[in-house]
Amino acid sequence: MTESIVSASYLFAGLLFILSIRGLASPETARRGNFFGFMGTMIAIAATLYSPVTNEYLWVFLAILLGAIVGIFSALKVKMTSLPQMIALLNGTGSLVSVLIALAEIRNGSIAYFELIMGLVIGAIAFTGSLVAFSKLQGLWFAKRRGFFMQKTVNLALILGMLFLGIAFYQTQNMNYFYALAGIALVFGITAVAPIGGADMPVVISLLNSYSGWALVFVGFSLSNVLLIIVGSMVGASGLILSYIMSKAMNRSLRNILLGGFGKRAVTSQQDDEEKYAKTGSPEDAAFIMKNASKVIIVPGYGMAVSQAQHIVESLSKLLEKNGVEVKFAIHPVAGRMPGHMNVLLAEANVPYEKVFELEEINREFSTADVAYVIGANDVTNPVAKTDSNSPIFGMPVLDVEKAKTVFFVKRSLNSGYSGVDNPLFYHENTSMLYGDAKKVTEQVVAALEKA
Amino acid sequence: MIDIWTLLTIFTLACFVGYFVVWGVTPALHSPLMSVTNAISGVVIIGALIIAGRTEMSFENKILGLVAVFLASVNIFGGFAVTHRMLVMFKKNKKKGE
Repeated sequence: MTESIVSASYLFAGLLFILSIRGLASPETARRGNFFGFMGTMIAIAATLYSPVTNEYLWVFLAILLGAIVGIFSALKVKMTSLPQMIALLNGTGSLVSVLIALAEIRNGSIAYFELIMGLVIGAIAFTGSLVAFSKLQGLWFAKRRGFFMQKTVNLALILGMLFLGIAFYQTQNMNYFYALAGIALVFGITAVAPIGGADMPVVISLLNSYSGWALVFVGFSLSNVLLIIVGSMVGASGLILSYIMSKAMNRSLRNILLGGFGKRAVTSQQDDEEKYAKTGSPEDAAFIMKNASKVIIVPGYGMAVSQAQHIVESLSKLLEKNGVEVKFAIHPVAGRMPGHMNVLLAEANVPYEKVFELEEINREFSTADVAYVIGANDVTNPVAKTDSNSPIFGMPVLDVEKAKTVFFVKRSLNSGYSGVDNPLFYHENTSMLYGDAKKVTEQVVAALEKA
Repeated sequence: MIDIWTLLTIFTLACFVGYFVVWGVTPALHSPLMSVTNAISGVVIIGALIIAGRTEMSFENKILGLVAVFLASVNIFGGFAVTHRMLVMFKKNKKKGE
């Protein structure tokens, strides 16, 4: 009887988890989905504590309570701009749990060697990988460095080492092999993510998210726990799909990204000696032209996130609308540091999501727009991706901002973006550069608009 | 113990369900999707509970289990709370936009 109740609760929780993700199909049902997910987790915990397998209550309850306090406190305190870091960190803790479970299970004499080895290795890689991703997103000094001496050889050696230790442990059940395996997997998580650059973070975060799911699947197999398998495969699938979407949006294979950034070729293929001249505009010009436009498309990029310009950008769009200008937002899938990053920032600034469009939805509209206002986005607007087959970003879907009558580029300098490819759009006759911090420049534009 | 083929069946079907459900998620909500799957994966806590709560576990393993319960709990409450914060922002804008 007890067992049936536990199983039925697990089934119910599993359904709630499916509905939870399903809810994210639209912003209207999303919050309900989140609630379903929370309920599912609570039901799963209750059912597990109720089942005769567990006989420890006081300490377990205290651990949950402490975790809840820490979790809720940090979730409420974190700034919305630090969201990618927070997600990376939470992914790390979740993966560490799989590692600890595998460790305790093996020490307790479980014979599910294969499952536990896999859960341990994947969980450990996801754990340290997430920590490195966190440090990079947080901008910690030691995470800046990309690539290291003989990086590919070192990583290959680590993979072979893990393979050897895994087989050795499977054959001999000597615990030392297991600990060594854990150690190497932890190191590999660091060396695998360290060389990957900031703009590839959306892919890395999604992939680490996926790993934490697969680790969960293996832990589920080792414990013969159906719910863990269901949840793990959904999380794993979700992360994989996101990584696929992200790498597709950059027209790069996952392999290429994981091996660490763009090649050196990027810099040389683009050099020509011709003197190029980029026109500098003033915020007042921008204000004047946008005020008299009938349609303005705003293209936010990572630069908006860095300077936290989303609120002033929202004021700009409001002001323009007051003047009868149609304002839309265009978002490239890999803009920012995590999937959907720009959408969250704009939502935070109260931009109605009906005005925010994805690449395919809005790309045709640039030809009918009077102004494209690009804020700290570079590679995702580079027309070279459509024309120069030698360019490393060739084939990447980009926003056709050059088709707008006038383009304003808010940027700190003429430096090329993450890919190292120069953007010919800067030298386009319809382009005006607005040099400076995204927030400050937009503030000046808004001030000029208010005066006029 | 459940038969390995039963588990594999469940695993395969769950992968398919995940695949279709995730493709249905609107791109605007990809950030909340990551944080909610993150939070949901906190259900790994039930594995941790089994470790911490089993009577025949040694003292050290119990400690491992309790640490795991704590971490998973951070993951659950932190994850759902952060997702909620994000989604509230999307909700609020709907009203203003109308």
